[in-house]
Order: sequence, then C-alpha cells, then structure tokens
Amino acid sequence: MESFLNRYRSITILLLVVFAQLVLLAVQVKNDQDVRMIRVWTVTAVTPAARLIEGFRGGGAGFLRRYVLLHDADAENRRLQAELDRIKVENIFLKNELSTADRAQALQVLQAHIPSKTLAATMFMAGAGSNSKVVFVDQGSLRGVERGMAVVTADGIVGKVMAAYPMASEVVLVTDPDFAAGVISQKNQARGTLKGQGTPLCKVDYVPADEKVELGEWFYTSGDDRIFPRGFPAGVVKSVRNGQPYKEIYLEPSGLQRGLEDVLILVEGVHMEIPSAPPTGQPVYIGPPAPPAAGAGGVAGVVQPPPATGAGTAADSLKSQYKAIGDAQNHTFGVGEPGSKPPDFTRLGQPPAPAKPGPAAKPPATGPQAPTGPKPVEEPDR
Amino acid sequence: MSNSSERILLSSEREGRISHFRFWVMVGVPLAAILFQVYVPLFFQFLGFLELPLLVVVYFALMRRNQVSGLLIGAVVGLAQDSLSKNPLGMFGIVNTLVGYFASSIGVRLDVDNTAMRLVLIFFFFVFHQFFYWVLARALLAQQLAFEPQKTLLLGVLNALVGVSLFYFLDKLREKA
Repeated sequence: MESFLNRYRSITILLLVVFAQLVLLAVQVKNDQDVRMIRVWTVTAVTPAARLIEGFRGGGAGFLRRYVLLHDADAENRRLQAELDRIKVENIFLKNELSTADRAQALQVLQAHIPSKTLAATMFMAGAGSNSKVVFVDQGSLRGVERGMAVVTADGIVGKVMAAYPMASEVVLVTDPDFAAGVISQKNQARGTLKGQGTPLCKVDYVPADEKVELGEWFYTSGDDRIFPRGFPAGVVKSVRNGQPYKEIYLEPSGLQRGLEDVLILVEGVHMEIPSAPPTGQPVYIGPPAPPAAGAGGVAGVVQPPPATGAGTAADSLKSQYKAIGDAQNHTFGVGEPGSKPPDFTRLGQPPAPAKPGPAAKPPATGPQAPTGPKPVEEPDR
Repeated sequence: MSNSSERILLSSEREGRISHFRFWVMVGVPLAAILFQVYVPLFFQFLGFLELPLLVVVYFALMRRNQVSGLLIGAVVGLAQDSLSKNPLGMFGIVNTLVGYFASSIGVRLDVDNTAMRLVLIFFFFVFHQFFYWVLARALLAQQLAFEPQKTLLLGVLNALVGVSLFYFLDKLREKA
C-alpha cells in the first residue's frame, strides 16, 4: 500500500487539490455565498502593492518629465529637441490633466446636485482575466461601502459593488454579462431590464414588442431594482429590432464613455425625476439676463446699467449704476475732499434728479398733481 | 536517435537537473505577474491579451520538474486570480493546477531549455488553459462564454512569443548550482 501511494503520490495530490477546489466551487454555487476569507487575503495583499506602483507611476512620470527629458541640455540642438519633446509630453500630460479636471469637476457638480449621499472613489486596478469586466476602487467597507451599492459618474451608471473589502471594493461594470438594472425610456416610458453582454453595447430586455422605443432615445434607471435610484442616465439606444415577445434593444452605456478613473458610490440612494431633456456631456452656456421690456423699465427713466458688453459680473453692473448716479449729480468719484458732500445714493434705482433743483421744485402739498415725469419703478430683482 | 530528437529528449544529467529559485523569486514573480495583469491594462489596453500568471506557472512548473510543486504553484496562482475576478473561487485554480501538473510532467521528459520547445509548450498550454476554462465555465457555472478558436490561436502565438522572452529573463533568476 505504501509503495502504491509513493508510486502514485503526484497524481493523488493532483486529484485531491482539484477535488478540493471542486468542492469549494460547489459550496459557493450551491449556497450562492462567497468564500470571503481567501478573497480578503488576496485583495489585502495586492492592494498595497498596486497603490505603491500607482504612486511610483505618478512620481516617476513627474521625475521623467522634470529631469530625464532635460538631462542633455548642454548641446543646443539637443536641448531644443528635448525642449520640444518635453513640451509635447507636457501637452499630452496637460490634456490628460484637463480631462481629469473636467471629470473631477463634473463629479463634484453631480455630487452637489444629486440628493443621494455619495462617496468619491478612484479606480486603481482591473479584475483578473483577459475578458474581465470588473474593476477595483479605493474605497472599502471601512468607509461604509457595502455590497450592492450603485456606482455612477456624471455621465451615467457605471456598475455596482460586488464585494466590499476593508480598503477596496470590487465593482462589476455595466457591460458585464452578470450585470442587470431596471431602466425606463425617457420619451416613451418603456420599462425594461438593462443587461451587460460582455461587449461595449448592453441589451435592454423585457420591453414588450408593442412598446415604442426610438433610436437615439435615452434610458434612465427606473429604481425598480432597489439598487440604482430612479433618474440616473443609463445610455442611449443604438439599435432597435422588433422581436417576439420582446423588442431587441441595444444601448450604448453612457457612464463608461469618458473613462472610469473617478466614480461616485451611492451610499444612500434617493430617487430623482426623469429629466425631460436628454443629458448632454457638453458644458451648458448660460447667457446674461434679458433686458427689461420696453414698456417696463425702459420708459421709466430709471438709472439702468449699461447694456452688458461681454462677460460683465454683478459687481460691474453695480459699478455702472453708481457711476450713472454720480454723472446725474455732477459728481466725479475720487476727486472730492474728505468731508465733502457725497452723491445721494438713495436715488439708486430712482429717476435722475434735476441737475440744479430749486425751491420751486418742492411738490405742492395739496391740489392735483401735475405730471412731473415718469414714475420710478423698482429695480428688477437680479 | 537523430540529433534533433536528442535536443528534445533528455540527453544529459545537466538538463534533467531541477532548477532552484530563491524564496523571493517564487513569491515575487507570481505576485508581479498578477499585478501586471490587473494594473497594466488600465493604461495599455492592448496588453490585456497577456496571461502572465499562466506563463509564470508554466515556467516554474517546467523548470522545477516536480509535479507536486508544479500543481501547487498553479493552484495558488489560480486561486489568487480567482480572488481578483468575479468568478467563484476555483475556476482559474483548477485550470492552473492542471497546467502546473502537466507542465512539470513534461519538464521531466523534455529539454525545456530549448527555445523552440518552450515556444510550442507555451502555445499549447495557453490554448489548453483557455479551452479548459471555457469548458469549466459552461459545465460548472452554466456561463455562455464565447470560444473563438482563431482568436485563441493568435493570442496563443503572441503569448508564446512574449513567454519565450520572459522565460529568458526568468532564467537569470535561477540559483547557480
């Protein structure tokens, strides 16, 4: 027996190891529970190394840019070439910085404007496997992240937390075949289930064939899945085909369009309204307020600020009003002696007073009032 | 026996000798391979095709020429890969265990210092790894993964080319006898 075991020692150990892993697999699949301990060990072992590398990468890129590229600055020709290279590299770097800043700013705006309680996180590594659709972010259970929490960017939904470890969390992306979320179309209110396909496009399933869905229509989270609050952009329809019993709808997820470096984890989700207009990734220009109508302030002789020329601020507007007051009272700002009479600022927003008011200008106490000019109107709110 | 077959089969005691590695190499290289797989594709997506953990398992299994250590290296690296993926633990573990066992079995019989032999072996084990993972995913997890033979063969060739260079580098880390 002993010689038998010695002879087949390797194959016996192989069978034992494979069998043990099969049992491990079976336990996880049958109970739908993870063997968390091994994952925690691995993630905890890998996370510090990955963060260290990320730190070295950032520092190394800076070192390379500041020193190595200027190393051969003695020779003029080489120096100019190096300078050109440096500027090119810097250009790429700044573009990346700008892009990062745009994303960060968009996230900040989103964080300030959505009612949900959020936690900002940064992705620092992807999942193992060449077809991996999971990523790891640098916020974990120590910061209150829990399994099942939604992950979004300013552009839309990104995925959901699949596992929360002390210092990191694993996020399954919207393109993963295991991902699903309840969605609703913006225009026609068609409800369905968004599913990842393992490809750049996602599928919206369970939309009845008689529902109307258009190309280019936006889908938003419906809130039905109890993970994603209602009202977050999910994506735009790229393909619609009629099928039985459900339509075949393919969606381009909007949350993955501008990279995943910075994301928000919804710690406490709050439902929102579906916006009436599709979201846009471009910054929105907000023009200056419209001038008052001709029948309102224009005829009243009110001291009005000069028309806006370019990008005037509220301070510019106020300065113009004060200058107009001074002009109306023959006062030049900055020339009066200390203690001299200042202009009457109580007339701000009033009709301009006569340049030299005499005693006759006092209004009569009784009798019908003569029309003395247009009545002042209140300065419109700004 | 022809000259070429002498290159393939063990012809001397030197070629059959077990390679030894320092402890930090045995721990650090697989860890670095796993880190590479989870970190580098973030910045260079085209490098996502590289299965460095698999290449490292194949290398250590071939060079150690010991079936037990080969399968254990495969199991540990595979479980670590599983831990960093969304799959249940054991998928990569089982596949890499088998790769480690078979690679070390072959390492006992063939001249694995030969570059052409390494190229063929890496290609074979890459295709075996991809195919067996696909089979396991379908059979055990009922996942409908796509298996694309042409793509797999092409990636096998690319991994083999990278693997040969990697093996050359790892040879430098072997302890001198």
